[in-house]
Amino acid sequence: MSLEGAIAVHRFGLGARPGEIDRASRNPKAWLLSQLNIAADQPEPLDGGSFKSGGDLVVEMLQYQRERAMEKRMGTQSDPVKDFFKTRVKFFTDELAARYQLGFTTDRPFAERFVWFWSNHFVVSAQNPRAITLVGAFEREAIRPHIAGTFEDMALAAMSHPAMLLYLDNAQSIGPDSPAGTRFGKGRNENLGRELMELYTLGVDGGYSQADVISMANILTGWTLNPAGQNNGFAFYENRHEPGEVTLRGRTYPPSLEGGIAAIKDLANDPATARHIATKLAIHFIADDPPAESVARLQKTFTDSHGDLRALAHAVVNDPAAWKSGTKMRTPVEYVTAGYRLLDLPKGDNAPKQVQGALAATRLMGQTPLAPPAPKGWPDTSDAWSGPDAVLTRIEWAKRVGQGLPAGFDALAIADAGMGPLLTPATRTVMARAESQSDALAFLIASPEFQRR
Amino acid sequence: MTTRRTILKSMTAAGALSIWDAPIRYAFASVPTDRRLVVVILRGALDGLAAVPPHGDKDYESVRGSLAIAHPLDIDGFFALHPALVNVKAMVDAKEAALFHNICSPYRDRSHFDGQNVLETGATGPHILQDGWLNRALVPMGLSDGDHALAVAQTPPLLLSGPARATSWMPANMPAPDEAFLARMRILYARDPNLLGSLNSAMDMQAAAAGAMDDPGARMGGAGYGNLTPLFEGAGKLLAAADGPRVAVLDAGGWDTHFNEGAAEGQLPRRLQALDTALETLKTSLGPAWSKTAVVMATEFGRTVHPNGSNGTDHGTGGAAFLLGGAVNGGAVHAEWTGLSTAALQDGRDQPARTDLRALFKGVLAEHMGVSATALNATVFPDSGGVAPLRQLIRA
Repeated sequence: MSLEGAIAVHRFGLGARPGEIDRASRNPKAWLLSQLNIAADQPEPLDGGSFKSGGDLVVEMLQYQRERAMEKRMGTQSDPVKDFFKTRVKFFTDELAARYQLGFTTDRPFAERFVWFWSNHFVVSAQNPRAITLVGAFEREAIRPHIAGTFEDMALAAMSHPAMLLYLDNAQSIGPDSPAGTRFGKGRNENLGRELMELYTLGVDGGYSQADVISMANILTGWTLNPAGQNNGFAFYENRHEPGEVTLRGRTYPPSLEGGIAAIKDLANDPATARHIATKLAIHFIADDPPAESVARLQKTFTDSHGDLRALAHAVVNDPAAWKSGTKMRTPVEYVTAGYRLLDLPKGDNAPKQVQGALAATRLMGQTPLAPPAPKGWPDTSDAWSGPDAVLTRIEWAKRVGQGLPAGFDALAIADAGMGPLLTPATRTVMARAESQSDALAFLIASPEFQRR
Repeated sequence: MTTRRTILKSMTAAGALSIWDAPIRYAFASVPTDRRLVVVILRGALDGLAAVPPHGDKDYESVRGSLAIAHPLDIDGFFALHPALVNVKAMVDAKEAALFHNICSPYRDRSHFDGQNVLETGATGPHILQDGWLNRALVPMGLSDGDHALAVAQTPPLLLSGPARATSWMPANMPAPDEAFLARMRILYARDPNLLGSLNSAMDMQAAAAGAMDDPGARMGGAGYGNLTPLFEGAGKLLAAADGPRVAVLDAGGWDTHFNEGAAEGQLPRRLQALDTALETLKTSLGPAWSKTAVVMATEFGRTVHPNGSNGTDHGTGGAAFLLGGAVNGGAVHAEWTGLSTAALQDGRDQPARTDLRALFKGVLAEHMGVSATALNATVFPDSGGVAPLRQLIRA
């Protein structure tokens, strides 16, 4: 059990499962990087079966909307909206529970961390009622397959996913001079075009104007849902697409699907995007205020490799600054996940309840993954998660999470196995003086070294 | 033995026969019984000299110093109760509570973990037995079907863990951490200014919110931090049901008062008040079943007789135990009292242990729940043949 192994598990992974620090200690960097050789694992529904594809979910959603419109016309008194809403929320919580479960048990925690990172970058939030059923499918279909691929492929998958097209209103965006636009007098929606540049690629200071926003929105007109569900729910409708060549940031694109793909690829490989992604990765893995040279190195890697996400992971792992432990406060979902991994939860007959308990706990601590309040995503700096009420909630949770363990556990043994050399003498002392084993365990889980990574 | 008997008479005024030498009154072992047995584990080592102060002892005030209780609730002119324990005092007056002093498990070192292990396994030392004595007692009590033994916890504590089946229950809103726990959290965060600042700020807000409430009782024993009432109330309601559990285990921590223990005011008085309020709620929620109930409360060991340097006490040996309930033959304090002079203390510092807690447990199991002497000595408390059960603990 080496310090490097413990750091690999806690800082780059999701916290130690039993025996994990030993496994990582043999060759910490290789242990991390070997996790990124292939696409991320897929979560599976806790009650069996399989999740629906984005295409199938689009068909279901449109079917429901037609029925609802029909009932409205017929003046039917029944209220299917409420029923559907309940179902929609269940879609999301089932996806979330499966995602938590994968986080608790995965032996590729570094890969899972990247899934979480990219899902919080290409944001589709379940707070949007139109997108809520598709949020899980978005991560499964647009993010997970691409974590070991390229940034431009992930960006294309994200931009053409029905969840994104609904979330940022592009499904209804119609070129004003297109056949559909002139006939129905409908127009373009700038939302996705703007966020693509501001949040997903260039960054807010990445060098684009309001004219560029309109250009990008024009480029994306006609990118919408496929009502038959084919092409995973994505369709490009020529008759909604704004006609004429478009100039975006000095480059010209033809009015076609290919033109849109080329524009997104150019944005994905722009130097401003390289800087934006490098900065976010450094904030996530290194520090709230990362060293400039770390950002510069990641930026160069991004540019040199044309956004190869494995190359970026290598650059993160090979940066000595990334191995300085304790600089980052765990987000609520990282914290609760680390706690469950430490205690080898969920376990036994109560397992489904324990997963629901984890969902509730992170919500109380201020975070529901895949459901941030805005497309900017959940904050990734420590101060966002360490306010008074949040810290108290974490302490309360630390005190109760161990109460699901069978009696007779040895908290210090759990600490040694789960923290290795990261356990500080100060925490060990407080634990040794605790008035019960369950209090000792609570001190471990509430300790600074466990709250941070 | 003469010392013991003499002192007992003076302490209890119970007549010729004492709890140590009267015949055991085995309960009629009807199955399932209508008797209720509640065991409360006071984790953290309760200061018996604060909870049940021997204010009649000539050395009491001098040895306790700043921790001497100025106005305790007198019981017999010698022993008293801490002023926060008003409901327990009422139970003593109603002859529904018996108290025990200079009592401890066989464990003689001072580790909470090991001490609780001995308290709960009923063994002669730590980590000898793997299951709890109350679990092993379920079979002879005829209550091992899984529905009749309840742990008020997410999973049963060691005391109730073992081959016999038990159930568990927790209120949806679990009680918040107690004051002593949060004091330790501040130590834990001493090297993390960010977390410490947030914790302190949150506690200030809690205090302000609690201070804004009109009812001081609600603030102390009710809605505030370390509230035990929901647990005890829930246990009482479940035990009251005709087909409900007959045995329940409750955990009440927060007794490890190394700092700012306090005499009339402070950490320990607040904790005692929370416990006192919770016990009264247990009684109320049991309703008529209270008359069939015995509640035994014990801690892993006592604390030092002299205050330490931070207005608290450190880990000790002997301490106090409680037996409460409508079925209890109460009204007195039972102790083989040997005084508080340094020569009388364990290792020159601790309250001594003159009565084995297993004697209390065995007496309650025999007289209240009908567990036979054979079962008590063979399976429930192995290697306890030399520890005679206390007697006349339960009303006939």
